Amino acid sequence: MSTNGSKPKFAMYWAASCGGCEIAVLNIHEKILVLDANYEVVFWPVAMDTKYKDVEAMPDGSIMLTLFNGGIRNSENEEMAHLLRRKTQYLVAFGSCACEGCIPGLANLSTPQQIFDTAYQTVSTDNPQNVRPQFTWTAPEGDLHIPAFYPVLKTLDQVVPVDYYMPGCPPESHQIAAVLDLILAARRGETSLPPKGSVIGAGSTTVCDECPRQRNVKTITRFTRIQDVAPVDPDLCLLEQGVPCNGPATRNGCGARCPRVGAQCIGCYGPAEGVLDYGARLMTAFASVIDAKEPAEIERILDGIPDLVGQFYRFNLAGSLLRASKAAWAAQQAQQED
Amino acid sequence: MQRISIDPITRLEGHGKIEIFLDAEGNVANTYFQIPELRGFERFCVGRPIEEMPLLTNRICGVCPEAHHMAAAKAADAVYHVDPPSVAKKLRELLYMAFFFTDHTTHFYALGGPDFVMGPDAPVAERNILGVIHKVGLEIGGQVIQARKYGHTVVEMIGGRKVHPCTAIPGGITKGITEEQRQEIENMGRWAVAFAEFSLKLFNDIVLGNKAYVDLIVGDTYYHRTYYIGLVDENNRVNFYDGKVSVVAPDGERIGKYAPGEYTDWIAEHVEPWTYLKFPYLKKVGWKGFVDGKDSGVYCATPLSRLNAADGMATPRAQEEYERFYDTLIQAEEEVYTSTGPTRVVHHRLATHWARLIELLYAAERWVELATDPEITSPNVHTVPKEKPTEGVGIVEAPRGTLTHHYWTDERGIVTKVNLIVGTTNNYAPISMSIKKAAQSLIKKGTVVTEGLLNMVEMAFRAYDPCFGCATHSLPGQMPLEVTIRDAEGNPVDVLRQFC
Repeated sequence: MSTNGSKPKFAMYWAASCGGCEIAVLNIHEKILVLDANYEVVFWPVAMDTKYKDVEAMPDGSIMLTLFNGGIRNSENEEMAHLLRRKTQYLVAFGSCACEGCIPGLANLSTPQQIFDTAYQTVSTDNPQNVRPQFTWTAPEGDLHIPAFYPVLKTLDQVVPVDYYMPGCPPESHQIAAVLDLILAARRGETSLPPKGSVIGAGSTTVCDECPRQRNVKTITRFTRIQDVAPVDPDLCLLEQGVPCNGPATRNGCGARCPRVGAQCIGCYGPAEGVLDYGARLMTAFASVIDAKEPAEIERILDGIPDLVGQFYRFNLAGSLLRASKAAWAAQQAQQED
Repeated sequence: MQRISIDPITRLEGHGKIEIFLDAEGNVANTYFQIPELRGFERFCVGRPIEEMPLLTNRICGVCPEAHHMAAAKAADAVYHVDPPSVAKKLRELLYMAFFFTDHTTHFYALGGPDFVMGPDAPVAERNILGVIHKVGLEIGGQVIQARKYGHTVVEMIGGRKVHPCTAIPGGITKGITEEQRQEIENMGRWAVAFAEFSLKLFNDIVLGNKAYVDLIVGDTYYHRTYYIGLVDENNRVNFYDGKVSVVAPDGERIGKYAPGEYTDWIAEHVEPWTYLKFPYLKKVGWKGFVDGKDSGVYCATPLSRLNAADGMATPRAQEEYERFYDTLIQAEEEVYTSTGPTRVVHHRLATHWARLIELLYAAERWVELATDPEITSPNVHTVPKEKPTEGVGIVEAPRGTLTHHYWTDERGIVTKVNLIVGTTNNYAPISMSIKKAAQSLIKKGTVVTEGLLNMVEMAFRAYDPCFGCATHSLPGQMPLEVTIRDAEGNPVDVLRQFC
């Protein structure tokens, strides 16, 4: 990347993520050269070897745009969030993990003790002494340290103020390219940026609005599971076929990719515009299509959704009003008091 | 110029921390390769419906979600005791070949290749993908981008999405492909074969044509005699999607093959208190610590391992390259005759880069084979599971090693227990050993530790293409590599850090 003081500075960072967000950026393919031509990339661990101390040495507010992906799973993640917040003009919570916790946020249903007990006593683990990783361990040659993790995974805006949110697991590449263009256009004065706190790089309605499937019947008498009905009718709404599709509560912008290939929306773009709690909205949407009046009948239909917390909070548990199980919260409180 | 890589895998070397301890003489006493995080997928997947496992476990790794998607789907098939229609299995495999092609391309051109194309002690600013493009020509850079694009296009056509595919479900997949799509996939596959041929020629010209590099490959610094494992078909040819896992001893003898459901008879995992990652080993041989040889259960699962564990490749051009590989690296007198016939095993870790290119060619050839299969456009892509779900194991070869998913469910198909042994995890012990050996042979009393030297240590594990974000079900991030060198009293002498 060339160094040119007149170009806006760009950074991208991962905290607790899978790397899919970086892949999504790389998947803008040739447009990556546009990024290179129009931004000065000053920090991007996947692509270059700038070090922490180099970031620390940058003047506060000198990075124009930081795409921050990944959740906050440990203190290192949180320190980087504070550092980049300080250095950055527009801090974007990039991708589902940073916005709302994503799948790793489901760990908030368990305590650290339960997570460790599972990982180090699996069927293939030979661990008669019940050895556990120690945050500090004295080897014959000296002390060794590994970081302790937070009992509860946090979203980016639970530790620092965030300017914009860009949802998706991962965000779609065409949306990424569009956002990079938008920032440049705003800088040239050709357009203005939306108010801080807005969602960018996504639509403002629901996945259903982008879904080509037809909605006719409106009501269902049972939920079914995809493996029991696949291949589904190629033209009819999945929810109307009884498949618990999260489209009605999920923000659009992905192009309804999953429903187009006969798989239900699982909600990776997070809550639609104006929705305070994703799970509550989805429950309302499901309730509105259930064709039953008797409590027993309603009960039977709802039994068709075998994992309620997973269905309604699959991607957004950490960012929802619930955030975590009581036991995980208790562990979090205990760690804070230490 | 700053370093640029288009390869996210660089970060996946990541989040490792190496501690090197020196003795009183200033020589290397010991090294520790620590993996500092854990995510707990095995815990929080409990309670989820089995059909979501291919979607949830995708999120273990955004670089190889296809591998988790397929292993999970196969394990879910096994849970339901359902055999998907052959076209469903072929479509899954076709997606998987395109993924392998993309992933191996990325590794060679952006991660492992620069060490060879540019030279291991080339200036750091040139030892990257841009350096490679400068050396081999801008047109090649465009082709590398094209290769990634084609691979992702096929993944999206069959899997519905470029990252985190969504179509594999228990009993098959959700949707077939049209004739128009098939034609496009075939065309891209033919281009992929030519690109793989070109890549092998490039390796041949630049690396094998340079005596210094060949000496580096066959030298002692990067040499380990371990067991090898890899998935093979019924003819003992390398397979990425299906088959049994072949286990080969350091002397080349095949000590057995196991079906997915038998993996706990063969593999066990050792726990150390100084790292979050476990160390798998061969149960029948036993954990003897970080040592080479036939008496140590340490094994390796990499492109080199897959070639060593198999008798050949299932496609014609890859087979020719397989022959050339062993003919070049093994002298005839070294060939070992064992109870399982004449076998040839290469222990030189840097040869993994070459093995990866042979696999690249196989993936491309197999891509074309599947795209031209007469039934590939059949709409019969799913079998509805009828049996009661119980327990099942799914195994595929991830680019970085054998990937095992094992699930238990209740009678409704709700997950009650999960066990994962993921690609790179297999190689944690051998990588640790490679780092120690490289450090010991490169850092001696009175040596000035330079960046170039650090890179030579790094090369020891780069050959494995490690993916620790994925392997540990842990969180990739911050600091791909931090090396602390300590004196005999344990005081830090120097700390070297780098992001990629």
